[in-house]
Amino acid sequence: MSLALTPAGALVAIIIMAGVTYLARIGGVMVMARVPIGPKVERFINAMAGSVLVAVIVPMAAQGDWAARMALVATLGVMLATRKPLAAITAGIATAALWRLF
Amino acid sequence: MSAELTLKGSLSGFKRMAPLSLFVVAFGLAFGVAAIQRGLSGLETLLMSGLVFAGVAQFAALELWGPEIPLIALIATTFAINARHLLMGAALYPWLRHLPPLQRYTSLSVMSDANWAMAATDYQRGETNIGILVGGGIALWLAWMLGTALGVIFGSGISEPERLGLDVIMGCFMLAMLVGGKTKLSMLFPWSVAAMAALLALYFLPANSHVIVGALAGGIAGLFLPDTPKPKETSKPKETA
Repeated sequence: MSLALTPAGALVAIIIMAGVTYLARIGGVMVMARVPIGPKVERFINAMAGSVLVAVIVPMAAQGDWAARMALVATLGVMLATRKPLAAITAGIATAALWRLF
Repeated sequence: MSAELTLKGSLSGFKRMAPLSLFVVAFGLAFGVAAIQRGLSGLETLLMSGLVFAGVAQFAALELWGPEIPLIALIATTFAINARHLLMGAALYPWLRHLPPLQRYTSLSVMSDANWAMAATDYQRGETNIGILVGGGIALWLAWMLGTALGVIFGSGISEPERLGLDVIMGCFMLAMLVGGKTKLSMLFPWSVAAMAALLALYFLPANSHVIVGALAGGIAGLFLPDTPKPKETSKPKETA
């Protein structure tokens, strides 16, 4: 099932995303009003949240060029050293740009 | 203990969040540039930021954007990335239950990581101003929209984007979010499982399935982690777990 990339298709996709996101925002509160989230569910969600990012980044590094890979390495390095996301992202983007420039 | 939502409280929340919101402008700009380069129109980009208001999910959706948008993958990816909001909302429940349902569920529409973190800290300190969540959320939303608009204007003016490395913004942003969270070392186990599963899915399963496969594999691997006495979100009260 997929949407054709017409203006209407894109609008539907955006509205669906907004709906799913809103449900996630209110879902926890709605559930808490009835059932508490158990430790098992919490472990699953905690592990899944980071795993989503891993599942996006790793294939990107596998398929990308060396500039993209070095950018990720720079981001990781600066992030671990400074814990500042903005500095880390800037370092990553600058690395990719410099790598391609030379 | 009670809690309340007032205009005055929301204004004070807005002011407290304003300095941090400047960083969100930069992230919004990155998203605007990335979206334009992915082929979204300026209006679509602004609509997505305005209605979805979830940076990581929006970046991930760009990966799925093509001549055909896979619907199941879009829903599953958006849900998987935003599933953390379920826990965040749950942690604020003891506070939000003091509001009438309409106010409660309207307030949650602007719940994001930064204002949630401030609200959760306030709640633990025994403060009663839910305006930090709402006012802070509005500040973040405005910053996100301003950044997106700047990116839309700026992005279409860049002719050779690969050379500037702007196409790697998303990867770097996500990696920074991943490493920046308060994470225990044991998380490396589910993350490794997620990485392996995503790579296998990338090469052997249908296109765009790798994020979902990796995320679910990582979540299932997380079930095998030992029970930790301290939950990941420090503000989650034990009695509600």
